[in-house]
Amino acid sequence: MLKLWSMKQEQQKADNATSGPKKKKVTAAQLRVQKDLSELSLGSTMKTTFPNPDDILNFVLTIEPDEGMYKGGRFSFNFAINQNFPHDPPKVKCKEKIYHPNIDLEGNVCLNILREDWKPVLNLNAVIVGLQFLFLEPNASDPLNKDAAEDLKSNREGFKRNVRAAMGGGSVRGESFERVLK
Amino acid sequence: MEEEFEESHRTVPKPKGMADPEARRWEYLRYILYRPGPWVPEEATQGTEAVKFLERMKVLVIGAGGLGCEILKNLALSGFKDIHVIDMDTIDVSNLNRQFLFRQADVGKYKAEVAAKFVMNRVKGVSIEAYCGKIQDKDESYYKQFNIIVCGLDSVEARRWINATLVDMVDLEDGDSIKPLVDGGTEGFKGQTRVIIPSFTACIECQLELNAPRAAVPLCTLATIPRQPQHCIEWAHIIAWEEERKGDTLDTDDPEHITWLYQKAAKRAAEFNITGVTYSMTQGVVKNIIPAIASTNAIIAASCCNEAFKIATAMNPSLGAPAEGENNYMMYSGDDGVYTYTYSYEKKEDCPVCGITAKKIEVDGEMYLRNFMDLLAEMPDAQLKKPTIRTEGQSLYYQAPASLEEATRHNLSKKLSELLSSGDEVAVSDPAYTIDFRFQLIFK
Repeated sequence: MLKLWSMKQEQQKADNATSGPKKKKVTAAQLRVQKDLSELSLGSTMKTTFPNPDDILNFVLTIEPDEGMYKGGRFSFNFAINQNFPHDPPKVKCKEKIYHPNIDLEGNVCLNILREDWKPVLNLNAVIVGLQFLFLEPNASDPLNKDAAEDLKSNREGFKRNVRAAMGGGSVRGESFERVLK
Repeated sequence: MEEEFEESHRTVPKPKGMADPEARRWEYLRYILYRPGPWVPEEATQGTEAVKFLERMKVLVIGAGGLGCEILKNLALSGFKDIHVIDMDTIDVSNLNRQFLFRQADVGKYKAEVAAKFVMNRVKGVSIEAYCGKIQDKDESYYKQFNIIVCGLDSVEARRWINATLVDMVDLEDGDSIKPLVDGGTEGFKGQTRVIIPSFTACIECQLELNAPRAAVPLCTLATIPRQPQHCIEWAHIIAWEEERKGDTLDTDDPEHITWLYQKAAKRAAEFNITGVTYSMTQGVVKNIIPAIASTNAIIAASCCNEAFKIATAMNPSLGAPAEGENNYMMYSGDDGVYTYTYSYEKKEDCPVCGITAKKIEVDGEMYLRNFMDLLAEMPDAQLKKPTIRTEGQSLYYQAPASLEEATRHNLSKKLSELLSSGDEVAVSDPAYTIDFRFQLIFK
């Protein structure tokens, strides 16, 4: 306590840092998201939308796969990031009701880095790459929609037909889906 | 040598009436404060003055739970007289085994209030002021009044908040603006004590990577092949609640909500032939309760208060003491035997909280944002060619992604005075730099 004062004055000479009326600072989470956003590589198949451009912690990512079984569809994901980012992962949910083995009817996504494998060194780009990959390679061994996973495992061609039907707004196994075709 | 010791020993005034337990309570404190020691700096006050100094110290204790109860008791018994305590929680029956300031009749009351009353009642002459609410309710003007802050928290978020607030308060022209933060934490048999001297030592944000991520089970395991009772509870918590009670915000302190989850989980467990789902396990999983060990709390709280005492009295160098410039972190592990290790956690140069101090620059309020950005490119110590820039509440200009660029482009042709007011702080990132910049803009 006692020595702090003199120490500090020495530092002050070296440092031309400043003081003055204090205003609200950009938070650590905002700063990190700002950095992550500047490093996104969205390519031609993805884009972001910010309902409130001043709030960079909440946005929508739209993916339009240009290959694979989900080609021609348009899928949007809500990203909700809290002030505890990057300690906490972003919360990501699919906005449409879609037929996908790793996405349930509520829009929950089974992607390891969104939950059990999240680490603060991962960034938003890793998450969007992961999401994009889910449309290229739906994974039957980590099912969130059990029916879709079984279809994919047992009959790949049948699964493809189901994907087309669901994307067109049709029903699969008695469950109706949202039209997500462009 | 013998003689000298005798001499200095005699300078410790013996309290009158040693039979009086109230007076005897402070006997050992006097031994420390009245005697010179090899580590006591020359300029440190001793004797009666030191006692008075300690009594004038205003200490804030954040958290009145497992660690908080111990900390409050320890501080009061170490001679601190002016203590404040913040906690937003109320007492639960499950706290009573270790949060020894609370009794059965206190269940449901605010922790801070009950703890303050209990300690004031037992330790005469100490004043403890309780605030029952969130730390975020208070601002700099509140935190400014304290000399030392001791944290016994259970959340990373709260730690990050108080850390950022204290670092932000540092005004290098005012020594009193530097508030030493003693942070204790426990998890089962493990714990840590660290001292943060804002702007001098590594801050909590610098040390963020120390926090182990919450152990989580893959969502698909929960959804399709639960193997453990905890999986069924997590399923009820994350999936069933969303499906069936959409729009209802889950309150983990509401017994009705926990009962609902418990019943859902029990039913699911039965379907998968899993046994062991109970109400208290449901509560534990949903609230992410890590079994707390009373003795770990006692050890860590003792260490925290020891540091606070050293900071306040200078009777020995504390963790994080600038003179030492070394150790600021003590880890304790009681898992296998008893082990402690004290080391120096280094400050991160690119820490988003303490690594960048805002640089004050004078600008013309009539300048357009576009021209301000040109200025950033020209400034010799910035040279930011592709700056992205924001304030706390506003995105001023983003280079990427495309949608944000488009949404913020119109700001480029606005005057600075239209976008912000003099003294506002902006954060600037540039792809060419791994660190960010902060500027405080003062209008000419």
